Amino acid sequence: MAKLKQDKSHEMGLHEEQLKGRTQQRFFSIDESENLTYFHSFDVDTSKSATIDALDMTPREINREIRALMEKGIGNITVDNPMSRHGVGVGILNRLNLTFSDSLGYFGCGLIDGPNVHIKGRVGWSCAENMMAGTVVIDGNAGSTFGAAIRGGDLVCKGSVGARTGIDQKGGTIIVGGKTGAFSGFMMQRGRMIILGDAGMNLGDSMYDGTIYVGGEVEDLGVDCVPGEMTELDIRYLTEKLGNYGMKAPNGVEKMQKYVSGKTLWNYDNLEPNEKKLIL
Amino acid sequence: MSNKEEEFVVGADGLDTDREKDIGQHIGYRYDVNLVPDLKFITPFLQKYIDKMGWKDLNWLEDVHMGYEEDQAAVFDRNINGWVTIPDSIKLPDNQQERDMIARELLIKFQMSENHPMVDLNNAYRKF
Repeated sequence: MAKLKQDKSHEMGLHEEQLKGRTQQRFFSIDESENLTYFHSFDVDTSKSATIDALDMTPREINREIRALMEKGIGNITVDNPMSRHGVGVGILNRLNLTFSDSLGYFGCGLIDGPNVHIKGRVGWSCAENMMAGTVVIDGNAGSTFGAAIRGGDLVCKGSVGARTGIDQKGGTIIVGGKTGAFSGFMMQRGRMIILGDAGMNLGDSMYDGTIYVGGEVEDLGVDCVPGEMTELDIRYLTEKLGNYGMKAPNGVEKMQKYVSGKTLWNYDNLEPNEKKLIL
Repeated sequence: MSNKEEEFVVGADGLDTDREKDIGQHIGYRYDVNLVPDLKFITPFLQKYIDKMGWKDLNWLEDVHMGYEEDQAAVFDRNINGWVTIPDSIKLPDNQQERDMIARELLIKFQMSENHPMVDLNNAYRKF
């Protein structure tokens, strides 16, 4: 019989805890300390800078070097010559200012939680997929599935983006300065998408919730995506948000069109088990 | 309607759509997911947090709202995939925007605390 691996979690007793009869409800403690960063994050100083020349480095080496610099407390990192490599700048769960002096390939800056990233070029597919928090600003254009499954933070492309922007978006704000392709906001569940240019076919197809603002023309709407009513708070929010990135709606924020879910696809409820019984 | 916290969020009966009326229950999030934040209600602690992170607005906290769990006000913590209940000792205002700011502040204090469950998980399973 195979022997179970005795790792650190066993030593910590995480496998001996009795879960039966315990509530999973958690309560805030009023006495929590006012720490501003994750307990496990590196304490970096944004006045300390370093540069990585990535010309002859593999993506793994680049990511390790970024991490090594953060461990040394450097909070301002520039990566020169990224050479459109895939999967760089990923998994950074820290406060950090990170600049790429040129374009990235696929899956750049995915799974990040906190850093402020500036890419002085273009990006390939799935930039900032599963992003949790922070900002990512791209000066050029972006490929398809831009911000796939993003959970939080601001993802900004000052140019145009490909198809299926924000597919499965679960939070955060995606801002596109130019046009966006077909099926943008597909299966969107939460968050905001701000498109200053035109949107391709099937915008917001099967969106469960969330909001899409469009400044240009929409080719057509997807299933269950319907026009919403723009409020004074929306206008104020959009003005502030776009102003943060030096962007403006071509015809003014007031002229932007808002789209929301029609909620006709909402079928998740307690009847489901009963319905299943009837069917079975 | 089961309790006042639920009533505060989803309205008197919580049944807006035909589908909700049909099944007699509210469907969806336990807060208005599309409510954008009003920065005039930001708290000093939150301002300190976003300054530290180098952001100009609430960033990911825009998606944090005060909802309810059981019969108490609560905020959803995505890092533990569960609701964290607001103690009764905290008096909550009637304005959702102000309630959301309180939820954001408490959530940050909870997530950044050494008592957060992620700290143990991190120590136990972190690979590098």
